[in-house]
Amino acid sequence: MAAAPHTLAPEVLDHKRWFFSHLGLSERLFERCLGEALSAGGDFADLYFEAVTSTSLGIDEGILKTAAQGISVGCGIRVLSGERTGFAYTDDLSPERLLKAARTAALIASGPQTQRVQGFQEVSTPQLYPIAGFSSDAELSTKIALIERADKAARAFDPRITQVRAGLNDELRRILIAASDGTYAADTQPLARFNVFVIAKDSQNTARGTSGGGGRVTLDFFDGDKGPEHYAREAARTAILQLGAVAAPAGEMEVVLGPGWPGVLLHEAVGHGLEADFNRKKTSAFSGLIGQQVASSKVTVVDNGTMPGRRGSLNVDDEGNPTQETVLIENGILRGYLSDKLSSKLMGMPNTGSGRRESYQAIPMPRMTNTYMLNGEDDPGDIIKSVKRGLYAVNFGGGQVDITNGKFVFSASEAYLIEDGKVTAPVKGATLVGNGPEALKHVSMVGNDLALDEGIGTCGKAGQSVPVGVGMPTIKLDRMTVGGTGR
Amino acid sequence: MSIEQQPTTDLEKSHLRALAEQAVERALAAGACDAEAVAFAGEEFAVHVRLGQVEQLTESGSRAIGLRVFFDSPAAGSSEPAQRTASTSTSDLTEDGLKRLVDGAVGLAKVTGADPFAGLPDRELLAHPSARAIDDLCLYFDDVDAIPAKERIDIARRCEASALSFDTRIQNSVGADFDASTAHRVMVNSRGFRGEYRRSYCGFSVTPIAQDASGAMQRDYWYSSARAARLLDSPESVGRKAAERALRRLGARRVPTQKCPVVYAPEVARSLMGNLLSAADGDSIYRNASMFAGKLGEQVAGENITMVDDGTLVFEHSLSGDKLLGDGEGTLRVGGFGTSPYDGDGLATRRTVVIERGILKSLMLNTYTGRKLNMASTGKASRGLAGAPGIGGGNYFLEPGTLTPDEIISDIPQGLYVLSTMGFGVNLVNGDYSLGVSGLWIDGGELAYPVEEITIAGNLKDMFRNVSAIANDLEFRGSGAVPTVRIEGMTVAGS
Repeated sequence: MAAAPHTLAPEVLDHKRWFFSHLGLSERLFERCLGEALSAGGDFADLYFEAVTSTSLGIDEGILKTAAQGISVGCGIRVLSGERTGFAYTDDLSPERLLKAARTAALIASGPQTQRVQGFQEVSTPQLYPIAGFSSDAELSTKIALIERADKAARAFDPRITQVRAGLNDELRRILIAASDGTYAADTQPLARFNVFVIAKDSQNTARGTSGGGGRVTLDFFDGDKGPEHYAREAARTAILQLGAVAAPAGEMEVVLGPGWPGVLLHEAVGHGLEADFNRKKTSAFSGLIGQQVASSKVTVVDNGTMPGRRGSLNVDDEGNPTQETVLIENGILRGYLSDKLSSKLMGMPNTGSGRRESYQAIPMPRMTNTYMLNGEDDPGDIIKSVKRGLYAVNFGGGQVDITNGKFVFSASEAYLIEDGKVTAPVKGATLVGNGPEALKHVSMVGNDLALDEGIGTCGKAGQSVPVGVGMPTIKLDRMTVGGTGR
Repeated sequence: MSIEQQPTTDLEKSHLRALAEQAVERALAAGACDAEAVAFAGEEFAVHVRLGQVEQLTESGSRAIGLRVFFDSPAAGSSEPAQRTASTSTSDLTEDGLKRLVDGAVGLAKVTGADPFAGLPDRELLAHPSARAIDDLCLYFDDVDAIPAKERIDIARRCEASALSFDTRIQNSVGADFDASTAHRVMVNSRGFRGEYRRSYCGFSVTPIAQDASGAMQRDYWYSSARAARLLDSPESVGRKAAERALRRLGARRVPTQKCPVVYAPEVARSLMGNLLSAADGDSIYRNASMFAGKLGEQVAGENITMVDDGTLVFEHSLSGDKLLGDGEGTLRVGGFGTSPYDGDGLATRRTVVIERGILKSLMLNTYTGRKLNMASTGKASRGLAGAPGIGGGNYFLEPGTLTPDEIISDIPQGLYVLSTMGFGVNLVNGDYSLGVSGLWIDGGELAYPVEEITIAGNLKDMFRNVSAIANDLEFRGSGAVPTVRIEGMTVAGS
């Protein structure tokens, strides 16, 4: 499922060193900035240094048309004062600019300095992912070869495939966090994603197909069984399938969700509603439901940031705390929220290492990592057989939730009718809609085939995007509303 | 407070432009046949207030530069021109950063493939926006920067307070925001294009939460945004409107699955009809990845549909009324949110009638997609920091009808008035359309009760032909504006 943790030489593990040698930063400077940030009476301050290099390569109509590289370096400085957050960032890391940003963020508080900067305590980081760089010339040609293989495989799949785009995006993100409470952590986070997009056309219809995957992995990940041919065939297969799809049914019915990416259901139906900030502010449909039944007793959902190589995994979160496995729902009972430093302090709850941010220009908030449902005992085949008339959805485009009223949607991109216990005709894309605190109460069967998605998820919240994972075994919901046009 | 527009002329030979010019010169010196650089500097202020308290305050600036390089590379044994191209971007504007930017792009271009359609626009097609012409677009107002931070916080507070005091069922709030930003943009290329302008933005919004006796919660929002602070609505009026919007969702129920007319409020009609322009996107057209591929000159929508994209709109806004800064006098000329002096390729922006009386008259084209289709660009290139230009329109609107929104609803026995949509179930390749919605149920020609947890579905190709009414309530609140529209024969799925 995921790459094994790599063994690294000790000097490579000192993620901080890069910031000292390449950006001329020092611990003395961190202390000065934090001192400045607390000068107006803030309770807490942290510095978040980030350096990201990203590369994007894409083949289109058989020509390698896209080659782009980006570099982004900066520092975000945050000051907490009670429930208030002052924030400033700078892409100029000179001591003058950093101190100026610290003074700007400090303005959230107004009074004499009350807190001192504590001595830095290094947070030890696990090794959930390799940190080999992706950007050397040799790697460039390896990547191009991978993309070309995908292009060929998609075209070879079926003569009705008329357009193919394949690409590989990767980035290396280096972060360093120094906080006035002594938190001192750094990490080097690789992230790669392979994408294939195809158009299929026959005499009557045109359809699209997409596929992709990756994680916090090195290039050799794509030389294994999840190689370019796999993604290409998946994209081509779905496009061809859609050429012959019938209208999706409309209305309430039994729905079976396949393993893996359909776990986006959990992300939308419960995940966001369990982020601590929403619950602290009582703006979530899940506010105050801890200890209550929010799902059928067959449902256990966890958020786990410690899975080696996964897209949503992190050695430390963006506040310098180690990530963990957090039980959100246990046998149907709501157990916990996902929290960051601010929420855990204000709510008196444990910090689950869920503070994440899109970049140095954004303020951290509680976010998911890899969110999935644990295995049940049912055989996936039996689950299908149990359905008289319903929908079997195996792939999804994405989802969205209104955490206040709990209503969520997710859009099926590959689904089939189930008639008399058998999977029959493929149906066109359809949106499924439900109510978060209610939907999972209708889960009547849970399969024993837990899978995580292939590494394609990006979650948006308050304008900030972060990579995430989702997963699920095959499950059956006794009722859910399917938004098609058919009968 | 002054509301004079800051002339753009004093930006000539700015540091940012010098950097962009240097990047282009260095790329040419490294052997590129052409190069293009964009540079950006922005200032941002954001405050988030909740229940009267400042929760987040952000004040910062950032700068970045992006480069595209082109190398002549005819295919072996062919005289047909073709180019290899690559792009880089960086926030590191030091000498080292600039060197890496150029070396990186030149290095990457070596590995890309020769494309006969790649390359900068022909020299004679490039715009030469004069400082005066740019000033005339009225994109920058310094009153955005003139409001002190304390007052900005106060605007957000007033807006939220107005929502919270509107009704006892509103006791909580997601918060209120005030944002202000200014940006300075430069684009330079090796074929003589030099463009430089500033733009301003400010706005505020609030999202109150209404709760009924059963404990069920609903939230909604409202906002005001403008290029000039003087044009912003009064915080109190925005707060009241947000409160009304949240309250009318309380007690929402589901309705049975059925076929019925669907009326889209302007906020959602905008994205629905915006799909007309997305389907006319040259990139999807040349790939056959759009339901409008091969349909130029054909009827793709009802005869009542005329859709225009215009990157040059300048509005004459009245300063009187319930405004942030009080009831003023006279008018102010202000460029639309989608107005810009040139597109992402450096071509003049323009007015394009994309759909005229239902006929697909013109496509949304940049230079590259124009060449692919053997057509001229329609000036719709959008250029970010990194990568090749994409397609992006300016301001767009659907030509309004004559009926009022009430009249459109009045003869619907049973139907749905859509206020918000959720999800991504819009497929422009084949037109399949399925979204989660909330709104109000229409019973006997009247808005009767709120509904939610339902979906609407159809196919855009049919939906655009089945627009049975377009209202007269066209209002630009963003770069796009579409009045209330009514569509027949859609499927509502619910209980």
